Amino acid sequence: MIELKQVSKVFPTEDGDFEALSNIDLTIADGDIFGIVGMSGAGKSTLVRCINLLERPTSGAVYIDGENLMDMSPAQLRQQRRSISMIFQQFNLLMQRTCLKNICFPMEIAGVPKAEAKKRAMEYLEIVGLPDKANAYPAQLSGGQKQRIAIARALASNPKMLLCDEATSALDPTTTRSILKLIKDINQRLGITVVVITHEMAVVEEICTHVAILERGHLVETGTVEEVFSNPKTEAGRRLVFPEGANIDQFPVAGVVRVVFNGGSSYEPLIASLAIDCGVKVNILGADTRNVNGKAFGSMLLGLPQDKNEAVKAMNYLRAQKDVTVEEVPDYHG
Amino acid sequence: MADLLQNEEVLRLLELSKNGLLFAIWETLYLTVISTFFSYVIGLPLGVITVVGEQGGVLPLPRPVMAVLNFVINILRSVPFLILMVMVIPLSRLILGTSIGTVATIVPLIVAAFPFVARLVEASLREVDSGVVEAALSMGCSPFQVITKVMLPESRPSLISGFTTAFITILSYGAMAGAIGGGGLGSMALNLGYQRRMTIILWVSVVVLVILVQIFQSIGTRASVRLDKRIRAVDRKKKRKSSRTEKAGFQ
Repeated sequence: MIELKQVSKVFPTEDGDFEALSNIDLTIADGDIFGIVGMSGAGKSTLVRCINLLERPTSGAVYIDGENLMDMSPAQLRQQRRSISMIFQQFNLLMQRTCLKNICFPMEIAGVPKAEAKKRAMEYLEIVGLPDKANAYPAQLSGGQKQRIAIARALASNPKMLLCDEATSALDPTTTRSILKLIKDINQRLGITVVVITHEMAVVEEICTHVAILERGHLVETGTVEEVFSNPKTEAGRRLVFPEGANIDQFPVAGVVRVVFNGGSSYEPLIASLAIDCGVKVNILGADTRNVNGKAFGSMLLGLPQDKNEAVKAMNYLRAQKDVTVEEVPDYHG
Repeated sequence: MADLLQNEEVLRLLELSKNGLLFAIWETLYLTVISTFFSYVIGLPLGVITVVGEQGGVLPLPRPVMAVLNFVINILRSVPFLILMVMVIPLSRLILGTSIGTVATIVPLIVAAFPFVARLVEASLREVDSGVVEAALSMGCSPFQVITKVMLPESRPSLISGFTTAFITILSYGAMAGAIGGGGLGSMALNLGYQRRMTIILWVSVVVLVILVQIFQSIGTRASVRLDKRIRAVDRKKKRKSSRTEKAGFQ
Protein backbone atom coordinates (compact mmCIF):
# COMPACT_ATOMS: atom_id res chain seq x y z
CA MET A 1 0.00 0.00 0.00
CA ILE A 2 1.22 3.45 -0.89
CA GLU A 3 0.21 6.34 1.34
CA LEU A 4 1.16 9.93 0.78
CA LYS A 5 0.43 12.19 3.72
CA GLN A 6 0.45 15.95 3.33
CA VAL A 7 3.19 15.76 0.72
CA SER A 8 4.45 19.10 -0.56
CA LYS A 9 7.30 19.86 -2.89
CA VAL A 10 8.73 23.31 -3.36
CA PHE A 11 11.33 24.13 -5.99
CA PRO A 12 13.33 27.27 -5.37
CA THR A 13 13.52 29.28 -8.60
CA GLU A 14 14.95 32.67 -9.44
CA ASP A 15 11.60 34.36 -9.11
CA GLY A 16 10.71 32.85 -5.77
CA ASP A 17 9.59 29.43 -4.68
CA PHE A 18 7.49 27.32 -6.96
CA GLU A 19 5.14 24.93 -5.23
CA ALA A 20 4.94 21.89 -7.52
CA LEU A 21 2.86 19.86 -5.08
CA SER A 22 0.85 21.10 -2.16
CA ASN A 23 -0.46 18.96 0.67
CA ILE A 24 -1.16 15.83 -1.32
CA ASP A 25 -3.01 13.07 0.52
CA LEU A 26 -3.28 9.91 -1.48
CA THR A 27 -3.77 6.24 -0.72
CA ILE A 28 -3.19 3.54 -3.29
CA ALA A 29 -4.32 0.08 -2.30
CA ASP A 30 -2.52 -3.13 -3.25
CA GLY A 31 -3.49 -4.53 -6.61
CA ASP A 32 -4.95 -1.28 -7.94
CA ILE A 33 -4.08 0.26 -11.24
CA PHE A 34 -4.12 3.85 -10.16
CA GLY A 35 -4.13 6.63 -12.71
CA ILE A 36 -2.85 10.10 -11.93
CA VAL A 37 -3.96 12.53 -14.62
CA GLY A 38 -3.48 16.18 -15.23
CA MET A 39 -2.43 18.69 -17.82
CA SER A 40 1.29 19.03 -18.45
CA GLY A 41 2.88 21.03 -15.66
CA ALA A 42 0.32 19.85 -13.14
CA GLY A 43 3.00 18.10 -11.10
CA LYS A 44 2.30 14.49 -12.10
CA SER A 45 5.92 13.53 -12.71
CA THR A 46 7.02 15.17 -9.48
CA LEU A 47 4.27 13.31 -7.62
CA VAL A 48 5.25 9.89 -8.95
CA ARG A 49 8.91 10.62 -8.12
CA CYS A 50 7.88 11.37 -4.56
CA ILE A 51 6.64 7.79 -4.24
CA ASN A 52 10.17 6.37 -4.57
CA LEU A 53 11.83 9.54 -3.31
CA LEU A 54 13.67 10.30 -6.55
CA GLU A 55 12.26 13.69 -5.58
CA ARG A 56 12.39 14.23 -1.86
CA PRO A 57 9.21 15.97 -0.69
CA THR A 58 9.82 19.28 1.06
CA SER A 59 7.40 18.15 3.74
CA GLY A 60 5.03 15.31 4.42
CA ALA A 61 5.42 11.56 4.65
CA VAL A 62 5.54 8.72 2.15
CA TYR A 63 4.52 5.34 3.53
CA ILE A 64 5.13 2.13 1.62
CA ASP A 65 3.46 -0.76 3.44
CA GLY A 66 3.42 1.30 6.59
CA GLU A 67 7.06 2.35 6.53
CA ASN A 68 7.95 6.00 6.11
CA LEU A 69 10.56 6.37 3.35
CA MET A 70 11.41 9.85 4.61
CA ASP A 71 12.93 8.33 7.78
CA MET A 72 15.12 5.80 5.97
CA SER A 73 18.89 5.88 5.58
CA PRO A 74 20.23 6.03 1.99
CA ALA A 75 21.05 2.30 2.13
CA GLN A 76 17.58 1.36 3.42
CA LEU A 77 16.01 3.55 0.78
CA ARG A 78 18.00 1.83 -1.98
CA GLN A 79 16.80 -1.50 -0.64
CA GLN A 80 13.20 -0.28 -0.63
CA ARG A 81 13.48 1.09 -4.18
CA ARG A 82 14.17 -2.41 -5.46
CA SER A 83 10.57 -3.26 -4.71
CA ILE A 84 9.26 -0.18 -6.52
CA SER A 85 10.10 -0.39 -10.20
CA MET A 86 9.66 2.43 -12.63
CA ILE A 87 9.26 2.81 -16.39
CA PHE A 88 9.62 6.03 -18.31
CA GLN A 89 8.39 7.88 -21.38
CA GLN A 90 11.87 7.76 -22.90
CA PHE A 91 12.44 4.12 -21.86
CA ASN A 92 15.87 4.95 -20.37
CA LEU A 93 17.52 1.71 -21.37
CA LEU A 94 21.27 1.33 -21.15
CA MET A 95 22.24 1.84 -24.77
CA GLN A 96 25.58 0.08 -24.54
CA ARG A 97 24.10 -3.13 -23.15
CA THR A 98 22.13 -5.85 -24.89
CA CYS A 99 18.49 -6.31 -23.99
CA LEU A 100 19.33 -9.35 -21.89
CA LYS A 101 22.01 -7.43 -19.99
CA ASN A 102 19.59 -4.55 -19.49
CA ILE A 103 17.14 -6.92 -17.84
CA CYS A 104 19.96 -8.42 -15.76
CA PHE A 105 20.92 -4.95 -14.54
CA PRO A 106 18.63 -4.66 -11.50
CA MET A 107 19.60 -8.19 -10.47
CA GLU A 108 23.28 -7.32 -10.88
CA ILE A 109 22.71 -4.37 -8.54
CA ALA A 110 21.00 -6.61 -6.02
CA GLY A 111 23.80 -9.19 -6.20
CA VAL A 112 21.89 -12.05 -7.86
CA PRO A 113 24.37 -14.64 -9.24
CA LYS A 114 25.01 -14.15 -12.96
CA ALA A 115 23.70 -17.51 -14.18
CA GLU A 116 20.48 -17.18 -12.24
CA ALA A 117 20.02 -13.59 -13.39
CA LYS A 118 20.39 -14.65 -16.99
CA LYS A 119 17.87 -17.44 -16.57
CA ARG A 120 15.33 -15.12 -14.98
CA ALA A 121 15.97 -12.43 -17.59
CA MET A 122 15.04 -14.91 -20.31
CA GLU A 123 11.77 -15.61 -18.51
CA TYR A 124 10.95 -11.92 -18.39
CA LEU A 125 11.77 -11.57 -22.08
CA GLU A 126 9.25 -14.34 -22.60
CA ILE A 127 6.61 -12.49 -20.55
CA VAL A 128 6.98 -9.32 -22.59
CA GLY A 129 6.97 -11.29 -25.81
CA LEU A 130 10.47 -10.59 -27.10
CA PRO A 131 12.49 -13.75 -26.47
CA ASP A 132 14.34 -13.36 -29.78
CA LYS A 133 15.73 -9.93 -28.84
CA ALA A 134 18.01 -11.14 -26.04
CA ASN A 135 21.20 -10.20 -27.84
CA ALA A 136 19.91 -7.14 -29.68
CA TYR A 137 20.93 -3.66 -28.58
CA PRO A 138 18.21 -1.10 -27.72
CA ALA A 139 19.15 0.99 -30.78
CA GLN A 140 17.94 -1.87 -32.96
CA LEU A 141 14.44 -1.89 -31.47
CA SER A 142 11.29 0.09 -32.14
CA GLY A 143 9.76 2.31 -29.46
CA GLY A 144 7.21 -0.29 -28.42
CA GLN A 145 9.86 -2.99 -28.20
CA LYS A 146 12.08 -0.72 -26.11
CA GLN A 147 9.23 -0.16 -23.67
CA ARG A 148 8.68 -3.92 -23.46
CA ILE A 149 12.33 -4.41 -22.57
CA ALA A 150 12.01 -1.62 -20.01
CA ILE A 151 9.00 -3.42 -18.52
CA ALA A 152 10.94 -6.69 -18.40
CA ARG A 153 13.76 -4.85 -16.65
CA ALA A 154 11.26 -3.34 -14.21
CA LEU A 155 9.92 -6.79 -13.38
CA ALA A 156 13.38 -8.26 -12.86
CA SER A 157 13.69 -6.98 -9.32
CA ASN A 158 10.47 -8.76 -8.30
CA PRO A 159 8.72 -5.50 -7.44
CA LYS A 160 5.56 -4.98 -5.44
CA MET A 161 4.81 -1.82 -7.35
CA LEU A 162 5.30 -0.47 -10.84
CA LEU A 163 5.36 3.27 -11.47
CA CYS A 164 4.71 4.28 -15.08
CA ASP A 165 5.70 7.83 -15.93
CA GLU A 166 3.97 8.69 -19.22
CA ALA A 167 5.03 5.22 -20.33
CA THR A 168 2.98 5.30 -23.52
CA SER A 169 3.22 8.96 -24.43
CA ALA A 170 6.02 8.41 -26.94
CA LEU A 171 4.21 5.56 -28.68
CA ASP A 172 1.62 5.37 -31.44
CA PRO A 173 -1.99 4.42 -30.57
CA THR A 174 -1.70 0.76 -31.58
CA THR A 175 1.54 0.24 -29.68
CA THR A 176 0.08 2.16 -26.74
CA ARG A 177 -2.81 -0.27 -26.57
CA SER A 178 -0.54 -3.31 -26.63
CA ILE A 179 1.72 -1.88 -23.93
CA LEU A 180 -1.32 -1.04 -21.76
CA LYS A 181 -2.59 -4.55 -22.26
CA LEU A 182 0.77 -5.88 -21.11
CA ILE A 183 0.69 -3.67 -18.02
CA LYS A 184 -2.83 -4.79 -17.17
CA ASP A 185 -1.80 -8.39 -17.69
CA ILE A 186 1.15 -7.97 -15.34
CA ASN A 187 -1.12 -6.38 -12.75
CA GLN A 188 -3.52 -9.28 -12.91
CA ARG A 189 -1.04 -12.13 -13.23
CA LEU A 190 1.65 -10.98 -10.83
CA GLY A 191 -0.51 -8.87 -8.53
CA ILE A 192 1.73 -5.85 -8.90
CA THR A 193 0.24 -2.51 -7.90
CA VAL A 194 0.51 -0.10 -10.81
CA VAL A 195 0.62 3.69 -10.72
CA VAL A 196 0.07 5.27 -14.12
CA ILE A 197 0.96 8.88 -14.79
CA THR A 198 -0.60 10.24 -17.94
CA HIS A 199 -2.16 13.24 -19.59
CA GLU A 200 -4.39 11.03 -21.72
CA MET A 201 -7.78 10.08 -20.34
CA ALA A 202 -7.88 7.26 -22.88
CA VAL A 203 -5.09 5.50 -20.99
CA VAL A 204 -7.03 5.76 -17.73
CA GLU A 205 -10.17 4.46 -19.41
CA GLU A 206 -8.29 1.56 -20.85
CA ILE A 207 -6.67 0.13 -17.73
CA CYS A 208 -7.19 2.02 -14.50
CA THR A 209 -9.38 1.06 -11.58
CA HIS A 210 -8.87 4.31 -9.69
CA VAL A 211 -7.98 7.78 -10.77
CA ALA A 212 -6.77 11.00 -9.20
CA ILE A 213 -6.87 14.34 -10.94
CA LEU A 214 -4.03 16.70 -10.32
CA GLU A 215 -4.21 20.37 -11.12
CA ARG A 216 -1.45 22.89 -10.46
CA GLY A 217 -0.04 20.81 -7.65
CA HIS A 218 -3.38 20.14 -5.99
CA LEU A 219 -5.21 16.86 -5.91
CA VAL A 220 -8.67 18.00 -6.90
CA GLU A 221 -10.50 14.74 -7.34
CA THR A 222 -9.98 11.09 -6.43
CA GLY A 223 -12.12 8.05 -6.81
CA THR A 224 -12.87 4.99 -8.84
CA VAL A 225 -12.76 5.52 -12.57
CA GLU A 226 -16.54 4.95 -12.74
CA GLU A 227 -17.24 7.70 -10.22
CA VAL A 228 -14.96 10.26 -11.75
CA PHE A 229 -15.96 9.52 -15.33
CA SER A 230 -19.67 9.49 -14.79
CA ASN A 231 -19.76 12.59 -12.69
CA PRO A 232 -16.65 14.70 -12.49
CA LYS A 233 -17.13 17.10 -9.62
CA THR A 234 -14.53 19.70 -10.45
CA GLU A 235 -13.78 21.96 -13.37
CA ALA A 236 -10.41 20.25 -13.91
CA GLY A 237 -12.10 16.86 -13.90
CA ARG A 238 -14.68 17.95 -16.42
CA ARG A 239 -12.05 19.40 -18.69
CA LEU A 240 -10.19 16.12 -18.72
CA VAL A 241 -13.18 13.83 -18.98
CA PHE A 242 -15.01 15.92 -21.57
CA PRO A 243 -12.39 17.79 -23.53
CA GLU A 244 -15.22 19.57 -25.43
CA GLY A 245 -15.39 17.17 -28.32
CA ALA A 246 -18.16 19.09 -30.06
CA ASN A 247 -17.21 22.06 -32.14
CA ILE A 248 -20.37 22.96 -34.01
CA ASP A 249 -20.89 26.68 -33.76
CA GLN A 250 -23.61 27.43 -36.27
CA PHE A 251 -26.42 26.82 -33.78
CA PRO A 252 -27.73 29.92 -32.07
CA VAL A 253 -27.84 28.38 -28.62
CA ALA A 254 -29.01 30.24 -25.59
CA GLY A 255 -27.71 27.72 -23.11
CA VAL A 256 -25.79 24.52 -23.34
CA VAL A 257 -26.16 21.61 -20.98
CA ARG A 258 -24.21 18.44 -20.59
CA VAL A 259 -26.19 15.27 -20.00
CA VAL A 260 -24.33 12.28 -18.65
CA PHE A 261 -25.82 8.81 -18.70
CA ASN A 262 -24.49 6.75 -15.85
CA GLY A 263 -24.52 3.44 -17.58
CA GLY A 264 -27.47 1.38 -18.73
CA SER A 265 -29.94 3.72 -20.36
CA SER A 266 -29.70 4.86 -23.92
CA TYR A 267 -30.04 8.52 -24.81
CA GLU A 268 -31.95 8.49 -28.05
CA PRO A 269 -35.32 7.72 -26.42
CA LEU A 270 -34.66 10.51 -23.93
CA ILE A 271 -34.38 13.17 -26.61
CA ALA A 272 -37.40 11.77 -28.40
CA SER A 273 -39.46 11.68 -25.22
CA LEU A 274 -38.31 15.19 -24.39
CA ALA A 275 -39.77 16.34 -27.68
CA ILE A 276 -42.99 14.38 -27.22
CA ASP A 277 -43.63 14.98 -23.52
CA CYS A 278 -42.60 18.65 -23.38
CA GLY A 279 -42.80 19.69 -26.97
CA VAL A 280 -39.30 21.08 -26.69
CA LYS A 281 -36.77 20.60 -29.42
CA VAL A 282 -33.10 20.59 -28.50
CA ASN A 283 -29.98 20.60 -30.61
CA ILE A 284 -27.49 17.80 -30.11
CA LEU A 285 -24.13 19.52 -30.27
CA GLY A 286 -22.07 16.50 -29.60
CA ALA A 287 -22.26 13.05 -28.17
CA ASP A 288 -19.78 10.54 -26.97
CA THR A 289 -19.82 7.10 -25.45
CA ARG A 290 -17.06 5.71 -23.36
CA ASN A 291 -16.48 2.22 -22.26
CA VAL A 292 -15.26 2.29 -18.70
CA ASN A 293 -14.44 -1.11 -17.23
CA GLY A 294 -17.08 -2.81 -19.35
CA LYS A 295 -19.87 -0.33 -18.61
CA ALA A 296 -21.12 2.16 -21.18
CA PHE A 297 -21.03 5.80 -20.24
CA GLY A 298 -22.56 8.33 -22.57
CA SER A 299 -22.38 12.06 -22.49
CA MET A 300 -24.13 14.54 -24.69
CA LEU A 301 -23.98 18.26 -25.19
CA LEU A 302 -27.41 19.77 -25.78
CA GLY A 303 -28.20 23.23 -27.03
CA LEU A 304 -31.42 24.44 -25.36
CA PRO A 305 -34.01 26.46 -27.23
CA GLN A 306 -33.76 30.25 -27.07
CA ASP A 307 -37.12 30.62 -25.38
CA LYS A 308 -36.43 30.85 -21.63
CA ASN A 309 -39.58 28.99 -20.63
CA GLU A 310 -38.91 26.12 -22.98
CA ALA A 311 -35.32 25.92 -21.80
CA VAL A 312 -36.36 25.71 -18.14
CA LYS A 313 -38.95 23.10 -19.02
CA ALA A 314 -36.37 20.99 -20.77
CA MET A 315 -33.93 21.31 -17.88
CA ASN A 316 -36.52 20.25 -15.35
CA TYR A 317 -37.52 17.31 -17.47
CA LEU A 318 -33.96 16.13 -17.85
CA ARG A 319 -33.20 16.57 -14.15
CA ALA A 320 -36.17 14.38 -13.28
CA GLN A 321 -34.73 11.42 -15.17
CA LYS A 322 -33.09 8.53 -13.39
CA ASP A 323 -29.46 7.61 -14.05
CA VAL A 324 -28.91 10.93 -15.73
CA THR A 325 -26.80 13.84 -14.54
CA VAL A 326 -27.47 17.26 -16.02
CA GLU A 327 -25.34 20.31 -15.69
CA GLU A 328 -25.06 23.67 -17.33
CA VAL A 329 -22.04 24.51 -19.42
CA PRO A 330 -21.73 28.25 -18.99
CA ASP A 331 -18.47 28.69 -20.86
CA TYR A 332 -19.38 26.79 -24.01
CA HIS A 333 -17.75 28.46 -26.98
CA GLY A 334 -18.37 25.90 -29.64
CA MET B 1 67.59 18.35 -52.89
CA ALA B 2 69.26 15.76 -55.12
CA ASP B 3 72.62 17.42 -54.56
CA LEU B 4 72.03 17.39 -50.88
CA LEU B 5 71.27 13.66 -50.83
CA GLN B 6 74.50 12.87 -52.69
CA ASN B 7 76.53 14.96 -50.31
CA GLU B 8 78.69 12.44 -48.51
CA GLU B 9 78.58 14.22 -45.21
CA VAL B 10 74.80 14.18 -45.23
CA LEU B 11 74.69 10.50 -46.07
CA ARG B 12 76.95 9.78 -43.15
CA LEU B 13 74.73 11.78 -40.86
CA LEU B 14 71.67 9.92 -42.02
CA GLU B 15 73.42 6.62 -41.44
CA LEU B 16 74.29 7.72 -37.93
CA SER B 17 70.82 8.93 -37.15
CA LYS B 18 69.07 5.79 -38.35
CA ASN B 19 69.65 4.16 -35.00
CA GLY B 20 68.96 7.51 -33.43
CA LEU B 21 65.62 7.73 -35.18
CA LEU B 22 64.39 4.35 -33.98
CA PHE B 23 65.51 5.18 -30.47
CA ALA B 24 63.77 8.54 -30.66
CA ILE B 25 60.51 6.91 -31.79
CA TRP B 26 60.71 4.44 -28.93
CA GLU B 27 61.43 7.21 -26.44
CA THR B 28 58.52 9.26 -27.70
CA LEU B 29 56.12 6.34 -27.45
CA TYR B 30 57.13 5.30 -24.00
CA LEU B 31 57.03 8.86 -22.73
CA THR B 32 53.55 9.26 -24.18
CA VAL B 33 52.21 5.95 -22.87
CA ILE B 34 53.47 6.45 -19.33
CA SER B 35 52.33 10.07 -19.18
CA THR B 36 48.91 9.23 -20.61
CA PHE B 37 48.53 6.41 -18.11
CA PHE B 38 49.26 8.59 -15.09
CA SER B 39 47.22 11.48 -16.50
CA TYR B 40 44.22 9.16 -16.52
CA VAL B 41 45.02 7.79 -13.07
CA ILE B 42 44.63 11.35 -11.78
CA GLY B 43 42.37 12.92 -14.41
CA LEU B 44 39.68 10.25 -14.70
CA PRO B 45 38.56 10.36 -11.05
CA LEU B 46 38.72 14.16 -11.08
CA GLY B 47 36.61 14.28 -14.24
CA VAL B 48 34.07 11.95 -12.63
CA ILE B 49 33.98 14.09 -9.50
CA THR B 50 33.36 17.29 -11.48
CA VAL B 51 30.16 15.69 -12.82
CA VAL B 52 28.82 13.64 -9.91
CA GLY B 53 29.88 16.12 -7.24
CA GLU B 54 27.72 18.95 -8.55
CA GLN B 55 24.59 20.08 -6.74
CA GLY B 56 21.91 17.76 -8.06
CA GLY B 57 24.55 15.22 -9.12
CA VAL B 58 24.68 11.60 -8.07
CA LEU B 59 27.07 12.29 -5.20
CA PRO B 60 26.85 15.99 -4.34
CA LEU B 61 29.97 17.38 -2.65
CA PRO B 62 30.23 20.59 -0.65
CA ARG B 63 30.26 23.63 -2.92
CA PRO B 64 33.70 24.90 -1.75
CA VAL B 65 35.31 21.56 -2.63
CA MET B 66 33.90 21.75 -6.15
CA ALA B 67 34.93 25.38 -6.52
CA VAL B 68 38.54 24.60 -5.52
CA LEU B 69 38.65 21.59 -7.84
CA ASN B 70 37.42 23.55 -10.83
CA PHE B 71 39.73 26.43 -10.02
CA VAL B 72 42.80 24.19 -9.88
CA ILE B 73 41.89 22.49 -13.15
CA ASN B 74 41.36 25.83 -14.86
CA ILE B 75 44.61 27.30 -13.56
CA LEU B 76 46.66 24.32 -14.74
CA ARG B 77 44.85 24.38 -18.08
CA SER B 78 45.68 28.03 -18.65
CA VAL B 79 49.45 27.93 -18.06
CA PRO B 80 51.24 27.42 -21.39
CA PHE B 81 53.00 24.07 -21.48
CA LEU B 82 56.47 25.47 -22.12
CA ILE B 83 56.20 27.64 -19.00
CA LEU B 84 54.58 24.89 -16.93
CA MET B 85 57.50 22.61 -17.79
CA VAL B 86 59.95 25.07 -16.30
CA MET B 87 57.75 25.71 -13.30
CA VAL B 88 57.49 22.07 -12.27
CA ILE B 89 61.23 21.43 -12.46
CA PRO B 90 61.48 21.44 -8.64
CA LEU B 91 58.63 18.91 -8.50
CA SER B 92 60.38 16.63 -10.99
CA ARG B 93 63.53 16.84 -8.92
CA LEU B 94 61.54 15.96 -5.78
CA ILE B 95 59.79 12.96 -7.33
CA LEU B 96 62.43 11.56 -9.66
CA GLY B 97 65.62 13.08 -8.28
CA THR B 98 66.44 14.66 -11.62
CA SER B 99 65.03 17.47 -13.71
CA ILE B 100 66.62 16.67 -17.05
CA GLY B 101 66.30 13.78 -19.44
CA THR B 102 63.43 11.85 -20.91
CA VAL B 103 62.07 10.45 -17.66
CA ALA B 104 62.10 13.88 -16.03
CA THR B 105 59.70 15.23 -18.67
CA ILE B 106 57.06 12.74 -17.54
CA VAL B 107 56.29 14.89 -14.51
CA PRO B 108 55.48 18.13 -16.37
CA LEU B 109 53.60 16.12 -18.99
CA ILE B 110 51.33 14.60 -16.34
CA VAL B 111 50.85 17.94 -14.60
CA ALA B 112 49.86 19.51 -17.91
CA ALA B 113 47.73 16.63 -19.15
CA PHE B 114 45.67 15.49 -16.16
CA PRO B 115 43.52 18.65 -16.03
CA PHE B 116 42.96 18.30 -19.76
CA VAL B 117 41.99 14.65 -19.26
CA ALA B 118 39.65 15.64 -16.41
CA ARG B 119 37.82 18.04 -18.73
CA LEU B 120 37.63 15.45 -21.51
CA VAL B 121 36.17 12.88 -19.11
CA GLU B 122 33.77 15.49 -17.77
CA ALA B 123 32.53 16.26 -21.28
CA SER B 124 32.03 12.56 -22.04
CA LEU B 125 30.09 11.90 -18.84
CA ARG B 126 27.82 14.87 -19.44
CA GLU B 127 26.67 13.20 -22.64
CA VAL B 128 25.09 10.40 -20.61
CA ASP B 129 21.32 10.76 -20.64
CA SER B 130 20.14 11.94 -17.23
CA GLY B 131 17.07 9.73 -17.65
CA VAL B 132 19.24 6.62 -17.67
CA VAL B 133 20.92 7.74 -14.46
CA GLU B 134 17.49 8.38 -12.95
CA ALA B 135 16.36 4.90 -13.99
CA ALA B 136 19.44 3.40 -12.32
CA LEU B 137 18.71 5.34 -9.12
CA SER B 138 15.10 4.17 -9.20
CA MET B 139 16.40 0.58 -9.23
CA GLY B 140 18.36 1.20 -6.06
CA CYS B 141 21.86 1.82 -7.45
CA SER B 142 24.37 3.34 -5.06
CA PRO B 143 26.27 6.41 -6.32
CA PHE B 144 29.33 4.22 -6.88
CA GLN B 145 27.29 1.75 -8.92
CA VAL B 146 25.81 4.57 -10.98
CA ILE B 147 29.35 5.73 -11.82
CA THR B 148 30.89 2.34 -12.57
CA LYS B 149 27.91 0.53 -14.08
CA VAL B 150 26.05 3.32 -15.84
CA MET B 151 27.94 6.55 -16.44
CA LEU B 152 31.33 5.15 -17.47
CA PRO B 153 30.07 2.23 -19.62
CA GLU B 154 27.39 4.38 -21.28
CA SER B 155 29.93 7.02 -22.26
CA ARG B 156 32.51 4.49 -23.44
CA PRO B 157 32.61 5.57 -27.11
CA SER B 158 33.06 9.18 -26.12
CA LEU B 159 35.67 8.26 -23.50
CA ILE B 160 37.65 6.40 -26.16
CA SER B 161 37.51 9.38 -28.51
CA GLY B 162 38.66 11.56 -25.64
CA PHE B 163 41.45 9.13 -24.82
CA THR B 164 42.66 9.34 -28.42
CA THR B 165 42.65 13.11 -28.27
CA ALA B 166 44.52 13.05 -24.96
CA PHE B 167 47.09 10.56 -26.23
CA ILE B 168 47.84 12.64 -29.32
CA THR B 169 47.98 15.85 -27.34
CA ILE B 170 50.44 14.29 -24.91
CA LEU B 171 52.48 13.00 -27.86
CA SER B 172 52.84 16.52 -29.24
CA TYR B 173 53.47 18.04 -25.79
CA GLY B 174 56.16 15.42 -25.33
CA ALA B 175 57.81 16.62 -28.51
CA MET B 176 57.88 20.11 -27.03
CA ALA B 177 59.69 18.75 -24.00
CA GLY B 178 62.70 18.35 -26.28
CA ALA B 179 63.28 22.04 -25.68
CA ILE B 180 64.20 21.49 -22.02
CA GLY B 181 66.29 18.40 -22.44
CA GLY B 182 63.68 15.71 -22.87
CA GLY B 183 64.30 12.95 -25.37
CA GLY B 184 62.35 11.60 -28.29
CA LEU B 185 61.46 12.88 -31.72
CA GLY B 186 60.95 16.43 -30.53
CA SER B 187 64.42 16.66 -29.11
CA MET B 188 65.82 15.15 -32.30
CA ALA B 189 64.02 17.72 -34.43
CA LEU B 190 65.03 20.63 -32.21
CA ASN B 191 68.58 19.70 -31.29
CA LEU B 192 69.85 18.02 -34.45
CA GLY B 193 67.40 19.31 -37.02
CA TYR B 194 67.08 22.92 -35.99
CA GLN B 195 70.06 23.90 -33.87
CA ARG B 196 72.64 21.90 -35.86
CA ARG B 197 70.86 22.80 -39.10
CA MET B 198 70.37 19.26 -40.33
CA THR B 199 67.19 20.08 -42.18
CA ILE B 200 66.59 16.52 -43.31
CA ILE B 201 66.49 15.28 -39.76
CA LEU B 202 64.05 18.03 -38.88
CA TRP B 203 61.78 16.94 -41.70
CA VAL B 204 62.14 13.25 -40.98
CA SER B 205 61.18 13.77 -37.31
CA VAL B 206 58.15 15.80 -38.26
CA VAL B 207 57.01 13.27 -40.85
CA VAL B 208 57.37 10.45 -38.34
CA LEU B 209 55.33 12.43 -35.80
CA VAL B 210 52.62 13.03 -38.40
CA ILE B 211 52.51 9.33 -39.26
CA LEU B 212 52.28 8.35 -35.58
CA VAL B 213 49.39 10.75 -35.04
CA GLN B 214 47.58 9.41 -38.08
CA ILE B 215 47.97 5.83 -36.88
CA PHE B 216 46.74 6.50 -33.35
CA GLN B 217 43.86 8.64 -34.53
CA SER B 218 42.56 5.95 -36.87
CA ILE B 219 42.91 3.25 -34.23
CA GLY B 220 41.07 5.42 -31.70
CA THR B 221 38.27 6.40 -34.05
CA ARG B 222 37.79 2.84 -35.21
CA ALA B 223 37.62 1.54 -31.64
CA SER B 224 35.20 4.26 -30.60
CA VAL B 225 32.81 3.61 -33.47
CA ARG B 226 33.05 -0.15 -33.32
CA LEU B 227 32.28 -0.21 -29.60
CA ASP B 228 29.35 2.17 -29.86
CA LYS B 229 26.22 0.06 -29.63
CA ARG B 230 23.96 2.98 -30.36
CA ILE B 231 24.97 2.81 -34.00
CA ARG B 232 23.55 0.18 -36.29
CA ALA B 233 26.08 -1.73 -38.37
CA VAL B 234 25.01 -0.06 -41.61
CA ASP B 235 25.61 3.43 -40.26
CA ARG B 236 29.01 2.54 -38.94
CA LYS B 237 31.10 3.33 -42.02
CA LYS B 238 29.46 6.69 -42.44
CA LYS B 239 29.98 7.58 -38.80
CA ARG B 240 33.64 6.63 -38.83
CA LYS B 241 34.32 9.05 -41.65
CA SER B 242 32.49 11.94 -40.05
CA SER B 243 33.99 11.45 -36.61
CA ARG B 244 37.49 11.39 -38.09
CA THR B 245 37.04 14.87 -39.47
CA GLU B 246 35.47 16.05 -36.23
CA LYS B 247 38.52 15.18 -34.18
CA ALA B 248 40.95 16.90 -36.52
CA GLY B 249 41.97 19.63 -34.09
CA PHE B 250 42.44 19.48 -30.35
CA GLN B 251 41.90 22.12 -27.67
